[in-house]
Amino acid sequence: MQGYLRSNGKKGIRNTVVVAYLVECAHHVARTIVNKSNNQDIQLIGFPGCYPNNYALSMMTKLCTHPNVGGVLLVSLGCEGFNREHLSEAISQSGRPVSTLVIQNNGGTKNTIDKGVQEAAAMLEQISSCPVVDMTVDELVIGTICGGSDGTSGISANPAVGKCFDRLITQNATCIFEETGELVGCEQIMAQRAESKDLADKLVSCVIKAEKYYTKMGYGSFAPGNAEGGLTTQEEKSMGAYAKSGGSLINGIIKPGEEPHKKGLFLMDVVPDGDPKFGFPNISDNQEIIEMIASGAHITLFTTGRGSVVGSAISPVIKICANPETYKNLSDDMDINAGSIIEGQKTVEQVGDEIFDLIVRIASGEQSKSEQMGHQEFLLTYKTFDSIGPACLN
Amino acid sequence: MSGNKFVLLHEQDNVIVCCQAAYLGEAITIANDELTLNTDVTVGHKVACRAIQKGEQILKYGVPIGSATDDIEKGQHVHLHNMKSDYIASHTRHSVSGD
Repeated sequence: MQGYLRSNGKKGIRNTVVVAYLVECAHHVARTIVNKSNNQDIQLIGFPGCYPNNYALSMMTKLCTHPNVGGVLLVSLGCEGFNREHLSEAISQSGRPVSTLVIQNNGGTKNTIDKGVQEAAAMLEQISSCPVVDMTVDELVIGTICGGSDGTSGISANPAVGKCFDRLITQNATCIFEETGELVGCEQIMAQRAESKDLADKLVSCVIKAEKYYTKMGYGSFAPGNAEGGLTTQEEKSMGAYAKSGGSLINGIIKPGEEPHKKGLFLMDVVPDGDPKFGFPNISDNQEIIEMIASGAHITLFTTGRGSVVGSAISPVIKICANPETYKNLSDDMDINAGSIIEGQKTVEQVGDEIFDLIVRIASGEQSKSEQMGHQEFLLTYKTFDSIGPACLN
Repeated sequence: MSGNKFVLLHEQDNVIVCCQAAYLGEAITIANDELTLNTDVTVGHKVACRAIQKGEQILKYGVPIGSATDDIEKGQHVHLHNMKSDYIASHTRHSVSGD
């Protein structure tokens, strides 16, 4: 494997320019810059809100300085609350080229788009000189998520990802699993894998927090398709989802945008602190993918039974299909067929090894299915967390 | 030969999981026991591998995944119509189960 060496010593597996809108009013201009650029390495991200939000600022800062990102074009309307100066300064300090286009100061939509297309192209050219150096598995940060789960997810794709995670951790990589709302019911079992008693207590409390949050909102993290695919309850879905974490010791809890402070296995607590304020924590899988990317994930392993087709901006998504019937139906979108476990053709260990091998290939530059299809989903909404920063690292 | 259409995930479980579509009246052999399906079953769905009483916990992966809201016969489909979460109600597009 080889990676793009950034000035802080971290290595990326992609070298992209992100075009970031800083309020919904700038979304169209930013999107048009990306569309007109028509280059897989010029990608759209952004935050729609006008009012400032610490979580969103922290997330955008982390995303714009992610190892897979080489340069950033910020697109602002001009009057929104987003602290574009802070963001621009952080990107600049990271050694990356950054440029801010304020639509109100650039003659409006058309002129800003024209200027943006030129600047994005120039920036892509500029970052092509980024040094490429050897990279090893222990430098990788890998996240996992499940979406469109069904009754097969918990017995094929999820345990296969768990086996892959165990192997990655043996090789000193960093792994992140998440969605505490989908761990409701297995918190005690999970706590037994904590590296310390203190962490065990924290694991249990963050799942209890999720349960309270979802109960107050009136819905669990449970979609109609889950039930159509044979899952009946939140705790049943949880046991399946939990299998993605494998069997290794759990080394800590992080919140979105916090980077694990050491190698090993980390739970990401994606459920906001305090009373529900801005809605559900995971209105779509893509926000959770983005949250793991903000915490450094180079690749996300996405398991699905019903058949999710999404990818993500910034970091590749590998899709692992749990259900053999879904795989036949959606094979163009699926990187790995874990349905072969359901059909008795392969073992969980074999599919775990297949996933591991594919991670190495994708990290080496091979495109995942969602990349080939042009999927670059991105979602960032308002949230609040009590503390974001090194203080709450465990 | 229908035995491998289902999997028993843990010896303590009272449900088995369908790995290949199976049909009403089909005889299933699993863990040295036999049962007859009293409905069609699609991949990923659960079937009771022994009689379960109303209020009893449903065990899958060897752990409780909810409880029975009705008496369930061996061979019967186990889903939203006869079990519920012990944590949070499950929603479908048309209904709520387990409030």
